[in-house]
Amino acid sequence: MSDREAVLAAVRAALGAAPAPSPAQSAYRRKGEMDAAAAQARFLERLADYDVHVEVLDDVQAIAPTVARRMAERETVTLAIPADLPRAWIPENARVLADDALPYPALDTRPSVLTGCALAIAETGTVVLDAGAAQGRRALTLLPDHHLCVVFARQVVETVPEALQNLKAAVDAGRPLTFFSGPSATADIEFDRVVGVHGPRALDILLVRD
Amino acid sequence: MTAETFPQRAHRSLRDSQLRRNLAKATSTIRTKTAKVSAELPDWEALRDAGQAIKRETLAELDRHLVALEESVTRAGGVVHWAADAAEARRIIVGLAKAHGAEQVIKIKSMTTDEVELNPALEAAGIRPFETDLADMIVQMAHEKPSHLLVPAIHKNRSEIGALFRDQMDRPDLSDQPGDLTRAARAYLRDKFIETPVAISGANFAVAETGSVVVVESEGNGRMCLTLPKVLISIMGIEKVLPEWEHLEVFLQLLPRASTGERMNPYTSIWTGTQAGERRAGDGPGEFHLVLLDNGRSKILADEAARATLHCIRCSRCLNVCPVYQRAGGHAYDSMYQGPIGAILTPQLKGLDAAGSLPFASSLCGACQEVCPVRIPIPDILVHLRGRVVREGHAGLGEGLAMKAAGTLFDHPALMALALSMGRAAQAPLARDGRIERLPPPLDGWSLGRDFPALPKESFRAWWKRRKASR
Ligand code: SF4
Repeated sequence: MSDREAVLAAVRAALGAAPAPSPAQSAYRRKGEMDAAAAQARFLERLADYDVHVEVLDDVQAIAPTVARRMAERETVTLAIPADLPRAWIPENARVLADDALPYPALDTRPSVLTGCALAIAETGTVVLDAGAAQGRRALTLLPDHHLCVVFARQVVETVPEALQNLKAAVDAGRPLTFFSGPSATADIEFDRVVGVHGPRALDILLVRD
Repeated sequence: MTAETFPQRAHRSLRDSQLRRNLAKATSTIRTKTAKVSAELPDWEALRDAGQAIKRETLAELDRHLVALEESVTRAGGVVHWAADAAEARRIIVGLAKAHGAEQVIKIKSMTTDEVELNPALEAAGIRPFETDLADMIVQMAHEKPSHLLVPAIHKNRSEIGALFRDQMDRPDLSDQPGDLTRAARAYLRDKFIETPVAISGANFAVAETGSVVVVESEGNGRMCLTLPKVLISIMGIEKVLPEWEHLEVFLQLLPRASTGERMNPYTSIWTGTQAGERRAGDGPGEFHLVLLDNGRSKILADEAARATLHCIRCSRCLNVCPVYQRAGGHAYDSMYQGPIGAILTPQLKGLDAAGSLPFASSLCGACQEVCPVRIPIPDILVHLRGRVVREGHAGLGEGLAMKAAGTLFDHPALMALALSMGRAAQAPLARDGRIERLPPPLDGWSLGRDFPALPKESFRAWWKRRKASR
């Protein structure tokens, strides 16, 4: 008997003929109740609890100058981008590194990286990437030390269930998801919190009120 | 498995003041945070109900869901392997690593790989496993065992870790500051993440409907291992499957809030099969293997009174509220699963002969069940297992063990607090709806409590007060 057959046989023997319990009704919230403005306010409030640098912008035109200023402040010179990033987001004088299957070491040379996102979750201060437009592949937002992420106000949902419902199509298409809520952190040494372990050590959220 | 019993191991921990200090700090901080962020959700109790119901329904038709998961992972380009026991899991994983000519592998989230004792098997095959979670790396470098599900190196202090890193990373310049040590770990692992072609991971959840696997983490080492290497091998207990995508919306709320006390953990990765082709490299593995491990789980499934053990999502919240864990420390459980969940899971996985003292490592105070995000009735299962230890006559355990333990305890004042906490149910038998009455004979006579009148009452009260204050 193969291990597959052995495991399945053991599980079936363990369960016997007892009927499955009928599915319970879920009483938890599958939808939020906030309007868009309240959800955005909650998102910002949650971000304030993480070690995230937040910029609230009035329109798309403000993205490029903000990116330029943040790069100057963080003293980075190269801006890594996914190949399909809207041109209008890119500062004029930036040294751009468009990710076209670049080898990993090229991304590991401490550039900043600029991307969009799939959506954001107000209740938890989370941003989700789903390998869709303006997000690039996962390595691109992982190896650089400074991630600038553009979130449009309309991309903010209130609750975790709404987010997962919206992400189902990407998953069905086989695309990977990355959720991030603040930069990486550890409390492994004497339970002292240290921010910035292996992922980007600095995270900027650019919330665009469009 | 050492031949020592829980009280003997606990005895050692109680003398270790570093461990007690670190544990007290970690558990009280996490307790406060988890209480705050779970109370913050208006539907927290409804989420717990849903979590419990989903787990119960899933287990009731586990065979069907596993076959569905196999199908969906395969459809997405992955390969599913089945392992009836630890030996088979080791054979599969070592075989895959060898087939890729790996000289080293990187690892993330490895409670299940600890359970199957994968690292020694890899080493025996000439493959060096690198743990990449900071705490796991510390424990691995020190050749020790984890002491807490969530913060496995909580028994070590910064200067011990500093000395370890200076030596093993060849960095004599390093200070003992946690920030410096963390940066050193980042630098040390960077090249390994980029160059190592094979990664091994555990999994928090796997969704049968879509074939997606979920890893929840804080440090980003998971993202590295799950994104960069060409080959990814993930191992999960068969109980980790969730039938539908929709179920994740419950567990991605329950787990971080119950575990670290965060609204959401820093990073969650969810991937579905492989990312094939040159242009998708760097978006996930080109080759993905999922190992489904039984290793005693189907036996737990068969014992209906203990089946809910398999609901566990390894959040570690029960450890942080357990008075026995806080005094005894994780090493007393002699397992990668510690605390209340360890006291019910380990003896069922390793066998009551090998770990039959663990179900007695509890006062049945019920704090674990009160906070468990999936409402596992741990005290009921403890009582059930105690009954089995006695009924099935395991290796002289039962009352004999209890009395031997009592002797040791009363000879050593340091163990007294532990003994008292273990005897709390007897001291206040009405505290938890008469659960104590359900101890089967001859255990109905067991409890260190019957010697309580001989104890100085003040110290008990003082201890009791401290414990209450720290909750
Ligand atoms: S038993 Fe419950 S509280 Fe303990 S680790 Fe498992 S899920 Fe968490």
